[in-house]
Amino acid sequence: MEEIKPDRSINIKGLICPYTFVKSKLAIEEMEVGQVLEIILDYPEASRSIPKSMEDHGHRVLKVEKINETDWVILIRKERE
Amino acid sequence: MEFTDEQIHRYSRHIILPEVGGKGQKKLLQAKVLIVGAGGLGCPVGYYLAAAGVGTIGIVDNDTIELSNLQRQIAHSTERIGMPKADSAKMTFEALNPDVMVHAVKERLNKDMIMDLIKDYDIVVDGSDNFPTRYLVNDACVMAGKPLVSGAILRFEGQVTTIIPREGHCYRCLFEEPPPPGLVPSCQEAGVLGALPGVIGALQAMEVLKLILGVGQPLKNQLLIYNALETNFRKVKVPKNPDCPVCSDHPRITELQDYEAEYCQMRF
Repeated sequence: MEEIKPDRSINIKGLICPYTFVKSKLAIEEMEVGQVLEIILDYPEASRSIPKSMEDHGHRVLKVEKINETDWVILIRKERE
Repeated sequence: MEFTDEQIHRYSRHIILPEVGGKGQKKLLQAKVLIVGAGGLGCPVGYYLAAAGVGTIGIVDNDTIELSNLQRQIAHSTERIGMPKADSAKMTFEALNPDVMVHAVKERLNKDMIMDLIKDYDIVVDGSDNFPTRYLVNDACVMAGKPLVSGAILRFEGQVTTIIPREGHCYRCLFEEPPPPGLVPSCQEAGVLGALPGVIGALQAMEVLKLILGVGQPLKNQLLIYNALETNFRKVKVPKNPDCPVCSDHPRITELQDYEAEYCQMRF
């Protein structure tokens, strides 16, 4: 699979819901449509809720991957303002 | 501007709304709203706008707090009896949210100062308790092109309407002239159930937030009437009057006027 290069990356380890999504949303708002946001997080619930909420907001989830014992990486492509 | 961590927490339930987000919250923080009256309506309007992070709030009231106000005027308190209502409201709103700057205007609005006062604000809210002020605020907002969210209450009934000058109706399209003094009972005479201004004030605050955010449909060309006893909301269409004395293309009223304040003081 082709490696996707994010345009911006945020590390929200240590944050819990809903601030995981709040921070992610603020980040994606500042980006251009078509750009990709990388989110690194360690709150298990957010690995499910952030992709769902981002889809609800009309964005595309490109990847949700557990990268080690504690952390996930999520890639979101901004689809709309 | 960047949000502080405190702001991200404070406004998190706004930011996660698709219709608001960080961009909408910034609009709220940059907005300037003038509230006429720090009474039954002005208290909840200002309270919710301050909570929402409306960055600049002006509050106009020349009264002081009386014990009989406290059954409904929730920004004040027993220990503040005798204090100017505008000062009390400022204390309460700024204590709720330090992001908010409140300007307390301890004057009665009149035709000589209202234009200069409203020019610094984006939106005006009428929570006044008398017809002279109500008509003065309407005429000034029409002349200045300022959106006006008007509310009124009596006994168990309240009404709300949103006036967008030139786009929609104004208060004079609805009631061309103030009623003769004595015709409409004051709330001293007729009373008001304490939570009623809370309902109407919250509706006014919601209209203001929608206008700032540019979401939804304002109560333009409409009057919303709430009957508390029947728990009934009714919307009445209010067309723009093509011959309105103030907002039509050929207005008769081109200068502000102070109606005689011979009405019984209605302390809503």
